[in-house]
Parts: sequence; C-alpha cells; structure tokens
Amino acid sequence: MSQVIVVTSGKGGVGKTTSAAAIGAGLALKGKKTCVIDFDVGLRNLDLVMGVERRVVFDFINVINDGIRLHQALIKDKRIEGLYILPTSQTRDKDALTREGVERVIEELKQDFDYVICDSPAGIEKGAFMALYFADEAIVVTNPEVSSVRDADRILGILNSKSRRAERGEPPMKQHLLLTRYDLERVARGEMLKLEDVVEILAIPVLGVIPEDDAVLQCSNNGMPVVLEPKSIAAQAYMDAVRRLLGETVELRFTTPPKKSFVNWLLRRSA
Amino acid sequence: MKLKDLFDLFRGPGRSTGSAARAKERLQVILAVERPLTRGQPDFLPLLQREILEVIRKYVPIDERRIKIEVEREADMSLLAVSIELPHATLSRAL
Repeated sequence: MSQVIVVTSGKGGVGKTTSAAAIGAGLALKGKKTCVIDFDVGLRNLDLVMGVERRVVFDFINVINDGIRLHQALIKDKRIEGLYILPTSQTRDKDALTREGVERVIEELKQDFDYVICDSPAGIEKGAFMALYFADEAIVVTNPEVSSVRDADRILGILNSKSRRAERGEPPMKQHLLLTRYDLERVARGEMLKLEDVVEILAIPVLGVIPEDDAVLQCSNNGMPVVLEPKSIAAQAYMDAVRRLLGETVELRFTTPPKKSFVNWLLRRSA
Repeated sequence: MKLKDLFDLFRGPGRSTGSAARAKERLQVILAVERPLTRGQPDFLPLLQREILEVIRKYVPIDERRIKIEVEREADMSLLAVSIELPHATLSRAL
C-alpha cells in the first residue's frame, strides 16, 4: 500500500529539503518506488539539492492548473532506480495550489508509487498546509535549538487538528522526530539540547538523529542526496532512519562523540 | 595558559556550565503556556455559539446581552457553560 509522508518543521533552514531528498533517495535504494514532491511554490529548491535543476520542463503547478500530464512533469533520477522528483514552480505563488488539484496529483501518484514524500515549505501557511493535509505519516525535522523545537511543537498541533485524517476523525497521523545538525561535541559539553531533552518535550518517537557532518553541504553543493556518499556518518544516519521508517528496529548511532586519543583530548580541552 | 584554563583542563564534562539545561527549562515553560492555545484549540466556539443561538431563537426571542458563554480549562477536562436568560413571559407560556 502506498504511503504519503510529509517532511515538515515549521521553522525554515532546519534541513527539510535535505532530509526529504535523503530519505526519498534512501527509500528508493531500498527498492521502494518513491516520488519526492516540492511544495515550496515560488522558492523551489528540491530540484537543486537533488541535482535535476536543468531537467525541469513542466512542474507540479502545471499539472494542477495547466492540463500538463503528471508523467510529463516527473523527473526520473539517473543515479537511483525508482526515484522520481516532482519539482514545483519558481514563478507562481502558493495560491496556485488548490486542495482538489493536490489531491488529484497525490491520488495519481499513489497508483504508481510505494512512497510519496511531500517536502513542505517553512511556515504554517497554505503551502505547508497543503503538504501535510493528505499525509499518512509526518517526519518532523528539528534542530537541537529552542526556536526550532517550539515551531516543531506548533506543527505537531496542526498535524493533529488540521490534516484530512484529523478532519475525518480517522486514526491520527503517525509522527516521527528527525533531529538534524546534532553537534555531538556541543551536546557533550552541555551547550546544546540533547536528544533526550527534545524527545521529552515533543513526546514523539525518534526516527533518526543526523549528526552535524560536512558531507551534507558537500553533497548539496554537488546536487546529490547525501545517502549517495555512503561512508559519511550523515548518510549512515539517514539510512538508519529509512530502515526504521520501513519498520526495522535499528539502534541509534552517532549520538555520542567518537572516542579520541589522549593527545586529541588534551588539545581540545585547552583550545 | 592562565590558571583558570589549567583548572578547566581537568574538570569533567559533567561539571560544565552549559546553557542546554536553561534552553530545556525555557522551552518547557513556554510550551506549557502555548499548548492550550494551539492544541485542540476551541476555534469552533464562535460557530457553536451562533448555531445554539439560532436554534433557540427559532422558538423564543432572546436578548443578545443576556447570554454568557464560558470555557474553563483544567488539567484533565474542560467545561463549556452556556447560560441564556429567557424573558419571563416566554417561560410561563411554555409551562
């Protein structure tokens, strides 16, 4: 059965698009046919992060409003089998998203895909609302930082009251916490909220903890989902999250700093 | 290296005076205030009030100023109280 998953956060810049790209690509690597949709109308970026920016001809908005067929707008990833991207418009605005139009596209995608990943824009306005409205599951992306956690809490409230499932009185949307940009050293020094703190506050199960890793920026510079750099710790953490999403039990890794030599330790302490 | 740095060098990480604890405490306080407003928010109340009044108005004339709607929120339950004062004549006719 096809699953619709929204990647959302409330706050901007926490890693929604990076995470939607990584998890979408990870699902495809696991053999699940996956489509990632960009809901950030007017500020499209999923295409750039996934390296297909020069292949966009038609987009999500054209399919909703201009009679363009879905298969004309879908972009097939050339590196990962079973991975597709539905880019959004760079020139229109969020009013081009109609509830009926979004529903029609999502229903059509569900016929053909195992997973439909909705990459939400920041904020709680129409674009973000449309991205979450039809979802079966939500991945709430949060940084270990006060404003991001507060906004995540706000989004959880909206998922529980404003989604189609909530309106229809259906079983609530499954919610997952994805903690990104987790700086192990600063957590160890007590300077940054730790995983346990965020879990205690938001009270939803953890899908994954993505440690701060240079590979994330390098991959986005190169237009590739970070899971294509499989040796990086971010890629490993994302693939663990994907396996949990698929129902496997995978122990959390990369939540404590790696052991360092005594000399390293001494240098670090006196720095 | 100052004496303080030397001292810090041998302090355990457990004794560090990080700000994460303060962040957690502030978040818990603000969310306790905000959640009742943002979660399960009773934004249906104005609509409910209007509909209740319309139903009653079908049978008896009511004075808008004689209506009180209150919500009391407590830890495990909320109480919705609607109080409408009816004109004396209306009631005696009904009885």
